[in-house]
Amino acid sequence: MTTATTGRTTRKGAVGTAHTRVEGRDKVTGAARYAGDIPFADLAHGWLVLSSVTRGRIRAIETGPVLDMPGVLTVLHHGNAPRVETDYVGMLGAPDPTAAVFQHDRVPHAGWPVALVVAETPEQAREAAEALVVHYDTEPHDTALDGDRPDARPADGHMPAVTEKGDLAAELAASAHVVDVEYRTPEEHHSMMEPHAATAYWDGGRLELVDSNQGTTWVQGELAKMFSLDESAVRVRSEHIGGGFGSKGLRVHQVSAVMAATMLQRPVRVVLARRQMFSLAGYRSPTVQRVRLGADADGRLRALEHRSLNQTSTVYQFVEPSAGVARVMYDAAAHRTANHVVPLDVPSPTWMRAPGEAPGSFALEAALDELAEKCGLDPIDLRLRNEPETGPVSGLPFSSRNLAACFREGARRFGWADRDPRPGVRREGRWLLGTGTAAASFGAGALPSTALVTAEPDGTFTVRIAAADIGTGARTAITLVAADALATTPDRVRVHIGDSDFGPAGIAGGSMGTRSWAWAVGAAAAELRERLALGTGIPPEGITVRSDTTEALASLAQKERHSFGAQFAEVAVDTTTGEIRVRRMLGIFAAGRIVNPLTARNQLVGGMIWGISMALHEEAVRDHTGGLYGADLAGYHVATNADVLRVEADWVDDPDPDDPVGIKGVGEIGIVGAAAAITNAVWHATGVRHRTLPIRPDRVLEAGGHA
Amino acid sequence: MKEFGYRRADDVSGAVALLAAEPEARYLGGGTNLVDLMKTGVERPALLVDVRELPLDRVETTPDGGLRIGATVTNSDLAAHPEVRRRYPALTQAVLAGASGQLRNMATVGGNLLQRTRCGYFTDVTRPCNKREPGSGCSAIEGEHHNHAVLGASDHCVAVHPSDMGVALTAFDAVVTYESADGPGELPLSDFYLPVGDTPHRETALPPGALITGVTLPPAPVAARSRYRKVRERASYAFAIGSVAAALDVRDGVVHEARLAFGAVASRPWRARAAERALTGAPADAAAFAAAADAELAAARPLPHNGYKVPLMRNLAVAVLTELAEETAR
Repeated sequence: MTTATTGRTTRKGAVGTAHTRVEGRDKVTGAARYAGDIPFADLAHGWLVLSSVTRGRIRAIETGPVLDMPGVLTVLHHGNAPRVETDYVGMLGAPDPTAAVFQHDRVPHAGWPVALVVAETPEQAREAAEALVVHYDTEPHDTALDGDRPDARPADGHMPAVTEKGDLAAELAASAHVVDVEYRTPEEHHSMMEPHAATAYWDGGRLELVDSNQGTTWVQGELAKMFSLDESAVRVRSEHIGGGFGSKGLRVHQVSAVMAATMLQRPVRVVLARRQMFSLAGYRSPTVQRVRLGADADGRLRALEHRSLNQTSTVYQFVEPSAGVARVMYDAAAHRTANHVVPLDVPSPTWMRAPGEAPGSFALEAALDELAEKCGLDPIDLRLRNEPETGPVSGLPFSSRNLAACFREGARRFGWADRDPRPGVRREGRWLLGTGTAAASFGAGALPSTALVTAEPDGTFTVRIAAADIGTGARTAITLVAADALATTPDRVRVHIGDSDFGPAGIAGGSMGTRSWAWAVGAAAAELRERLALGTGIPPEGITVRSDTTEALASLAQKERHSFGAQFAEVAVDTTTGEIRVRRMLGIFAAGRIVNPLTARNQLVGGMIWGISMALHEEAVRDHTGGLYGADLAGYHVATNADVLRVEADWVDDPDPDDPVGIKGVGEIGIVGAAAAITNAVWHATGVRHRTLPIRPDRVLEAGGHA
Repeated sequence: MKEFGYRRADDVSGAVALLAAEPEARYLGGGTNLVDLMKTGVERPALLVDVRELPLDRVETTPDGGLRIGATVTNSDLAAHPEVRRRYPALTQAVLAGASGQLRNMATVGGNLLQRTRCGYFTDVTRPCNKREPGSGCSAIEGEHHNHAVLGASDHCVAVHPSDMGVALTAFDAVVTYESADGPGELPLSDFYLPVGDTPHRETALPPGALITGVTLPPAPVAARSRYRKVRERASYAFAIGSVAAALDVRDGVVHEARLAFGAVASRPWRARAAERALTGAPADAAAFAAAADAELAAARPLPHNGYKVPLMRNLAVAVLTELAEETAR
């Protein structure tokens, strides 16, 4: 395995050693309670009513008959719901007003929440909600995304809309080889296992929310601002989370539960049904991406342009920054990247599984494969020839960039050297075989966090941090980091997470969770050890130290900080039926120091499986009415076990030199480049370039094959 | 969710009597489709009559050498039955190509035949659908239909029947037996499903309130050499976008007898009789197989987004028949 020299001496400790999840037993025995499972006395149940029209206004809501139905307590709607504040800036910017339910009579998209029926049982609430008659004045809708929309506009999201340098036309004209292609990705939904569920109640003057989310202090802050409460008057807990993928922030279920709990003065639970999640939980916008590459005869890039267009709703702007990938990956004398959006009568998209990088890497890495073909170069060779010294747009140094090491190690293990570059020449029975590769990158960041670490009189330690374990193994990773920082063993460390009372902390998102929390826990632990070294003894209540990483993070030098990876895929394609099987995948990553190999591998493999889904299966279909077709997990396909044959992930040594533990993050990089590697392998198998995802059987059949 | 009653039937006549007394009642087998439809509001029965414990759970050889399959035999048990595997291998393959292990452990033969289409408009009560709500219109014709019917559909409905098992049963001339208030009866599977026409909500020729008691497979030596192949949009746990059940008896390079049925192309499992006629007496080669498939698919009327099903079915039929012919030659 490749080793990057860093001068770091790594102590043999808990970090880096495989450890099963500390809450694993609770989860497999059912002892772990998820937000929708926790019993409350006097609990009422809310069921949301969604608009059946795509655009228009609510003319009337016939609440009378529904209020007479068994068990019904109230019907919330824009005519009686409390007003909430939306003109504020939360942890991640201005809120999506979709969450601020029942504030007006407008319907900006199909599936917009128009009412909440609250009843004594969930069955009664649902029956009444489905019986509620809502009259609408409908208006014409516009839900069709295409690449030629005149109303598309450049838009900043969490990065500038446009970057450019050099003379693109001149460099393209001077290029020996040019690729100019359009790629499309469909609307994709998070589809995590556990639906959104929240229970709200008032305890004295304090609002309590038991929820499933990716950041308790994040949701606490949003609710406090929305309901004009002091943050200390809101407590949010989220103990176990059955997947988030970017979707579990502030959403209608929490806000409507708080409204109903306030009106009824009793606990109210709102759970989203799977079908409702397709309208209310965010999604990844479809993208239309155009990539233009120009290269010298030897494959060195002279020109690179990546333009991406995504849709957003008419109430909120979300940018899927697919064109951002090239700002990190490849340099060229003329370099232009631009993210555009067009507002349509659709739900608001949001962060989902490597936002930007996942669709962007599909287009860019597929285009590079096309360029390699034109140049007559091996695709890995082409990439290695175009490794930038510094950030292509920023000019900043990389904190570390071990992409070449990933390719070398991956190529060796995958058997890349034996590959015949010709497409469409390998047959095994009815199957055409091919292999493909692609590069991956994802930002390595950290968010300011606080942690509380307590030395107990019995020699054990307690860590409290408002972290979120969305299924990633975060609780276990924090345990390992804390054990090393406290120079003890994991079994002597208790970790409590998922409670906003522990103080501000970063979210489980952007692949930043473990790094953010580990930094804070490590800082508190270090100070605690200093205190303990004084030898004054531990009082009955223990000794507690609180850390805050805000200043440390602010003083970090400006650098390009990213994880990198090399993806490999082998596919079999039957062009007479359109079936594709991903026979094996290998991903080699340079993703910082790996805290827990067991759960890190799990995350990376999971990301690669997302990539199989993205390449071959996932697609939400919005028909001419602007509504979704088949919005459930029977209609929206993710890869099944039978689609996942041999998927391996591993890593090269790549500790981040500026992180106290050396962490970068493994949450999202597994999906990046995975769909491109599969797509490139499909070309290698069949000789046909598929530029629209997913590569469905009908698309394969209609495209045919060269062999 | 609407409140409903639940009764477990003690015997077949008792079950039929319960249904006769309550027009809003439904029989409950494995519940793998009905319960889903109740959750989504497509089905709103007042009473469920549980027939799963009725003594209809056996697979028996008939005196003439066929098989009689009880209505409550689970998909798992049917697929595993040695006589099914030996004499009708395509039936085992078809059943195992459907759903998941857990669902097959619950699902029953009778329920399988009566399962409803997975058309996404049928299962979404907010959308027009002539099958669910007669006269409301068909959303699929103008909307999403890339997995809809190319054979036997109408301007009123283009939904496909989702069963895999039914495709094999159709190829093997299965006969459905039932019990109704007027006594027992039977229907060949070829007459069991009604043409779509302008009444897509009327799906079967079963008398009202009738309970399927079993399926009889006549003896069919040709079926011993049979196959089922299913194409879907992922490797498991998805309904077919096209499937083929085929059996072939080749003698001296000539097709002596052929059975062919298509799945996921029509409102019912589709017996490809025109293809069978073309195959009989034809040389057992790819050209003849393709000509036979074309003979069947000449009647195809694809919509704008499901035209791929025509070459798909042609390719599938040729591939499966070719495999069977090669097997015979060995």
